Amino acid sequence: MSTTQSVSTTANHTNSPSQEPSPMKASPGTGKKAAVLSALFWGLGQIFNRQYLKGILLMLLEAVGLFYLINNLPRAVWGIYTLGTQTSQFIKVGKVYKKIHGDHSIHLLITGLITLLVFFIFIWIYVLVVKDAKAVGKLREEGKTPNNFLESVAYVKETKFAYLFLALPATAVLFFTIMPIIFMILLAFTNYSAPDHVPPEKLVSWVGFQNFVDLLQLGTWSGTFYGVLTWTIIWAILATVTCYFGGILVALLIQQPGVKMKTMWRTIFIIPYAIPQLLSFLIMRNMFNGEFGPINQYLSYFGLGKLPWLSDPFWAKVTVLVVNMWVGIPVTMVLVIGILTTIPKDMYEAAEVDGATAWHKFKAITMPMILYSTAPILIGQFAGNINNFNVIFLLTNGNPPNGDYQYAGSTDLLVTWLYKLTLDNNKYNIAAAIGIIIFIIVASLSIWSYRRTKSFKEEDMIQ
Amino acid sequence: MSTGAKKKSRIRLAFSYLLLIAITICVLYPTIWIVMSSIRPGTSIYSESLIPSNPTFEHYISLFTSKEYQYGLWYWNTLKIAFCNMVFGVILVVMTAYALSRFRFYGRKNLMSGMLVLGMFPGFMSMIAVYILLMQLNLLDTHLALILVYSAGAPLGAFVVKGFFDTIPKSLEESARIDGATHWTVFRKIMLPLSKPMITYVGLMTFAGAWGDFIFAKLVIRSKENYTLAIGLYDMVNNASTNFTMFAAGAVLIAVPIALLYLYLQRFLVEGLTAGASKG
Repeated sequence: MSTTQSVSTTANHTNSPSQEPSPMKASPGTGKKAAVLSALFWGLGQIFNRQYLKGILLMLLEAVGLFYLINNLPRAVWGIYTLGTQTSQFIKVGKVYKKIHGDHSIHLLITGLITLLVFFIFIWIYVLVVKDAKAVGKLREEGKTPNNFLESVAYVKETKFAYLFLALPATAVLFFTIMPIIFMILLAFTNYSAPDHVPPEKLVSWVGFQNFVDLLQLGTWSGTFYGVLTWTIIWAILATVTCYFGGILVALLIQQPGVKMKTMWRTIFIIPYAIPQLLSFLIMRNMFNGEFGPINQYLSYFGLGKLPWLSDPFWAKVTVLVVNMWVGIPVTMVLVIGILTTIPKDMYEAAEVDGATAWHKFKAITMPMILYSTAPILIGQFAGNINNFNVIFLLTNGNPPNGDYQYAGSTDLLVTWLYKLTLDNNKYNIAAAIGIIIFIIVASLSIWSYRRTKSFKEEDMIQ
Repeated sequence: MSTGAKKKSRIRLAFSYLLLIAITICVLYPTIWIVMSSIRPGTSIYSESLIPSNPTFEHYISLFTSKEYQYGLWYWNTLKIAFCNMVFGVILVVMTAYALSRFRFYGRKNLMSGMLVLGMFPGFMSMIAVYILLMQLNLLDTHLALILVYSAGAPLGAFVVKGFFDTIPKSLEESARIDGATHWTVFRKIMLPLSKPMITYVGLMTFAGAWGDFIFAKLVIRSKENYTLAIGLYDMVNNASTNFTMFAAGAVLIAVPIALLYLYLQRFLVEGLTAGASKG
């Protein structure tokens, strides 16, 4: 939809239906009149402005929108507010009991949300249409001829190209990412959980901040929460640091002067990155198998005892970290190799003239350059590791079990715990609250670091 | 150079080679082990030696012939989904990145911050809602659902591509614009050809993403004939006690094409990852 029409057209109005042969000044107040007309019903103002095709299209659009909203909006508001009032029950009709289907709170919530989203889009278009009618009316007051339909289209393509390009991705993200996230945030404030509040048999209701209070203070939940949170943070730090410095080390090994066949080494070391993670983890799970796995088999060859790689809480944590290095180091390696090739040679030459040793050069040139370029990635990897679902889920599935925990094992991270709570145990409310807490941790960290990166502050200076 | 320094650097080199070889063993062992397991007779994990004494291809054959596993069908399903996801994902990502990189419009910074924030929610926090949404659309247990959801999530990863577009000089498009080219022409005739390496990288990533995704696929897909490789394989290894060697054969067949693709395109990997790094 074009919002303002600044391009005046004087020539080239031959066959267009929306144009007067000889433009003359419209009376003062035309802009206001057009705006009021469009506010009454979309398109009226545009037709008044003699943009007939545009006006008719807008009228049709509003008709469709109104039809949808009148049918859905009241129920959406009622549904979100009450989450349903009628439970499923058997009612005696005559001599037989008949099952009455109750309100499904969760479906009410989601369909309500979708309707509200459509409603907000409707309002947004409404504002645009009225603004457009007013702007075009103003143009006519100044004696200019409004654009005909083809010109409007050309105008949009010329000045609103970014919006055109973003419309499709934005719609996709709106319905498949934003709507679901809002839904889950709302769930954190309900009592949607097994066994007492699972639709369609039972209703769900709003409970305010009760879930957060339970999670942080109620003994059964808070014990698990603080335990899992501690391990999540330890894991994220160790996993990030090991992969990061491991990757730098490998990259430096390959790129140091004198090492031959650099491409071959790099290709070999990329292999773990090239194998789908799912497979790597499933294969590793079997390799570290306590009874039959080859690792323990080798250990016994050398006369060493077998290690409980996956069944002891401590060793299981070691195993996940080691396996994560196998999968994660190649990424950092590829990155650092890329950065190493961009460091100007003359920096090293200048250092050599000054008599710097290899170690000095590394400390004063190589390392700062690497750190400077990879700092944002480091933060990103840390955030990613907090949410690293695959490695834990596929390798240990959170095991070995921990008797002190509610629905969580010794190696469970907050995310895998969240998964178990929702899909295995139907404790949606607590899971949603955990999700929000994870989000707060990751978001505050990332926003803090992102605001410091060059790309956000100085992006216009690059060109 | 003095002889002492020469000797020192020789020792360093020797040590480096030792380390490189050690890492190579660590990297290659799991892959060799799984390949060897796939041609070992019998079904168990345990074996006396790494290299089987009487190798066999029966597991590969039975993957495609057994009634229980419809491996060929799963392979086709996965290829189809990954390919469609690649096409739609790349289109959406490139459109988003291009608009964010090349245009200055109202709400742009907020939009970028918003995208970043959305990326920080744990992925399957939204799964329940997506599941119910798909149910309402009557798309459960279909491949369309997977393609739709994977592609719809792709624009959030547009930052790497945006960083790449940022590096293309503005003067290129400005001169074209002066010559009267529309935005669309500039995009198609100038920008797209220049961004081939980046598109290759994104294509590879979106393809591999759908190829290896397991969690969401498992939630949506129910019937065995609609399985993707990831679900099928996970199923296999969860009864690994009964048939580990078959799992190994299945794993090799999944890993080989995608790994070859990665190795073949590794130049683009380096470019893509580095573009993402220097631009944050």
